[in-house]
Amino acid sequence: MRCDQVADRLPAAAEGLAALDPAARRHVEHCLRCQADAVQYRRVLRALRALRTEVLVPTPGLVPEILAAIGEAGERQALRSMVRGRRAAYLGGLAAATAAGAAGAVVLTLRSRRSKVRLAG
Amino acid sequence: MTDRTDLAALVAAAQGGDDRAFELLVRATHAETYTLAFRLTGDDEDARDVTQDTYLRAYRALDRFRGDARFQTWLYRITANSASTLLGQRARHRHDELTEEAPLTDDRITIDPVARAEGDSLRHHLTDALRRLPPGLRSVVVLRDVYDLPHDAIAEELDISVTAAKVRLHRARRRLREDLYAQSHEGEAHAV
Repeated sequence: MRCDQVADRLPAAAEGLAALDPAARRHVEHCLRCQADAVQYRRVLRALRALRTEVLVPTPGLVPEILAAIGEAGERQALRSMVRGRRAAYLGGLAAATAAGAAGAVVLTLRSRRSKVRLAG
Repeated sequence: MTDRTDLAALVAAAQGGDDRAFELLVRATHAETYTLAFRLTGDDEDARDVTQDTYLRAYRALDRFRGDARFQTWLYRITANSASTLLGQRARHRHDELTEEAPLTDDRITIDPVARAEGDSLRHHLTDALRRLPPGLRSVVVLRDVYDLPHDAIAEELDISVTAAKVRLHRARRRLREDLYAQSHEGEAHAV
């Protein structure tokens, strides 16, 4: 195996040589230049992990902005749910009225049929 | 800094409808969320927008947070998704956006690589090198190597496959190493 064949796999060596496949690992174990590259990958990874402890301080005003956006969204959400609630009540009322009307029509139809039967009898 | 137990109590209260508890969660975690947003976008204004969007999404989805992950980790995932959305929209609207394969402008200052490799110096140059990475590569390397998110979570939040996430991670590490150490194997092959 040659260095240029191993080069593409070396980024995995940042987590240790064990992360490489056996052929690449054998090459790196005997190649000083690839070992040096692997060390650089490990340093890069270590520096990346060290960034985790750094917390940037945002310029003032971010928290009020976030809270205002949430407040606004909360209000909109409340408004939407109110409209949804009213719409549901309206649709419910409409459905109930339709059902009552249909039931009334059925009753009237039945009654008129019965009276026709009696007259015929 | 609010510890994990305090955060869990605040999350529980916020889930119960206590808006003051959610406000305290924002105050306790916003700097870390902003830091990740800044690392992903490389821009203060974008980072502020992403942070704001993250908390809006978190507020709306708070009922779905089950508590089996740390609250901050949950926020990281939302931040990653929000930043990915913002950067994706921007890429669609800007013709000069860099692609993963596009050559980057090399604005490095020539500095002795040995000196650059030393502690704080490396970290300083790393921050600059991260900013020079294309957004697609930067997101993956930041989420994996800085914030230790698993590949599957990264893939899910960035809407890519796990394989693509791993490929991008390796590309990003290679670019960073090349940028920081400015060394290459090219043209030389050493067989062992």
